[in-house]
Amino acid sequence: MNKDRDAARARLRPGPLAAALAVLAAALLAGLLVGAADVPVGGVLKELADRIPFVHLDSGLAPVDRNVLWELRLPRVLAGALVGGLLALAGAGYQGVFRNPLADPYLLGAAAGAGVGATVTIVVLPGGATYAVPLAAFAGAVGGVLLAYLLGSVAGRGASGSATLLLAGVAVASFLSAVQTLVQQLKTQELQRIYAWILGGVASAGWTQLAMVAPYALVSTVVLLLHGRLLDVLAVGDEEAGALGLSAARVRLVVLAAASLATACAVAISGLIGFVGIVVPHVVRRVAGGSYRVVLPLSLLGGAAFLVLADLAARTVVAPGELPLGVVTAFVGGPFFVVVLRAFRREVGT
Amino acid sequence: MSVAVEGLDVELDGRRVLHGVSLAVPAGSWTAVIGPNGAGKSTLLRAVLGLRPGNGTVRVAGADLRSLKPRQRARLVAYAPQSPSLPPGMTVLDYTLLGRSPYIPHLGRESAADRAIAREVLERLDLTSFAARALDRLSGGERQRVVLARALAQQAPVLLLDEPTTALDIGHQQQVMELIDRLRVDDGLTVLTTIHDLTLAGQYADALVLLSGGRVAAAGTPARVLTRETVAAHFTATVSVVPGRDGRPVLALERP
Repeated sequence: MNKDRDAARARLRPGPLAAALAVLAAALLAGLLVGAADVPVGGVLKELADRIPFVHLDSGLAPVDRNVLWELRLPRVLAGALVGGLLALAGAGYQGVFRNPLADPYLLGAAAGAGVGATVTIVVLPGGATYAVPLAAFAGAVGGVLLAYLLGSVAGRGASGSATLLLAGVAVASFLSAVQTLVQQLKTQELQRIYAWILGGVASAGWTQLAMVAPYALVSTVVLLLHGRLLDVLAVGDEEAGALGLSAARVRLVVLAAASLATACAVAISGLIGFVGIVVPHVVRRVAGGSYRVVLPLSLLGGAAFLVLADLAARTVVAPGELPLGVVTAFVGGPFFVVVLRAFRREVGT
Repeated sequence: MSVAVEGLDVELDGRRVLHGVSLAVPAGSWTAVIGPNGAGKSTLLRAVLGLRPGNGTVRVAGADLRSLKPRQRARLVAYAPQSPSLPPGMTVLDYTLLGRSPYIPHLGRESAADRAIAREVLERLDLTSFAARALDRLSGGERQRVVLARALAQQAPVLLLDEPTTALDIGHQQQVMELIDRLRVDDGLTVLTTIHDLTLAGQYADALVLLSGGRVAAAGTPARVLTRETVAAHFTATVSVVPGRDGRPVLALERP
């Protein structure tokens, strides 16, 4: 039976799953314990334990510390985990659909669409309306992908293939980027807010934003996780998948819709954060194998842990100042990626 | 199960590739489609499978294949393309398990029975020791056997194989053809293949269908189809044809 376990790499085994969960738990805890305000570690632990049903502990935290924990750190850490997990999961989904490990969640115009939505909102509603920006980014991301998909279907009439869709995505993305740049140039006094949004971050994430995207995030996550085996079948190509009784076009549509929804949720909370969607699935592939039944769930957990830790670095390295989260992900992620590529070079023959 | 193709017309990009192709493969027999490059051999197999839209009917044991749902069809007919895509890093066992797709619930996972069937197929094809091997670490002959393993895991009574011996040396060609024949006899499979090598086709198939310019130019036993005249007319090749030990024709190229 041991032989069977080695041969079937397309199953998520308890070991890697437990390891990923442990890393995520450690990252979440670290994110809650460390911060600019000097909240006592013991107090935080007791305060958290107090929320477990049937456990009653007096944390001894001052009201202000309690406030920092529940209204600032916890939503921020959860936002980091949600954004990182969704981006990595969506990235893995896009990679499966396009059979290309370099596909990323922003490929089909989600980023550019969100950029237009956010920029227009910032320009039209200067000053206030912070809650409107995430909404607009969400709508823009969904709209961008929809536009790319429609364009791809019209242009690729009859041809079943992802290449046309990919090109349509590139066209839509550059068109929307141009629109975004134009709007931004017309209203240069808002440039800093626009830039801050584009650089991305979870510093301002609150419970309201989390609650807003939670249902969509949940649906897209469940749908994507259910499609692992079908993405494995799709790996042999549309025609052979068809011979095995699977409609490649249908699987592609469902996975793209779910991955785009996940991306829109992430973008609405954090703005644009690059790198996670490509690097995390890659690292997972190198470490745990290429089956999407393994890559999807481990990317979700790994991406969440990665972004929580990146955000931790963003707010501690130059404390009391903060680094843009997108800068940290690339700065930390780049070298990390190289190390993993080297260490596992012989494991996967790609 | 018998396969009956009638009046198959296929257009690709506005160009008519197959013209009213009809052929019948009796249950448990082996028919090979031969013909010059570009005659439409691969298109014919794909059209039989329903992967190419076109007019005409394809019946398997009397049932219209095109009216079946894709999953039901995949339980009747298994297909191995000429150059299958083998995802690098996927193990031989996981690849073989893909053949169980038509039986696994859409969003479900394979059962212990599916795994047992895949294991059994690997054992029959002497691939058990390769189960954990990644597809990109296989030789040409092993790869061809693994593709066959996936097709067999589908447990379909009809096997469509597009050039199963491409890029194999003569020993491996023989090995793969013997294997297909053994499986056909043991499981009562109906086999429809395209084969490039005319002598090879004549040695193994019960019947040959010569496709030329998208039309059936000749059909029947190997001895009837593989004549000096037919080969000259459709392949513009000069060959000598002599009957082999069992009366099946053996072709040899002659310099004009």
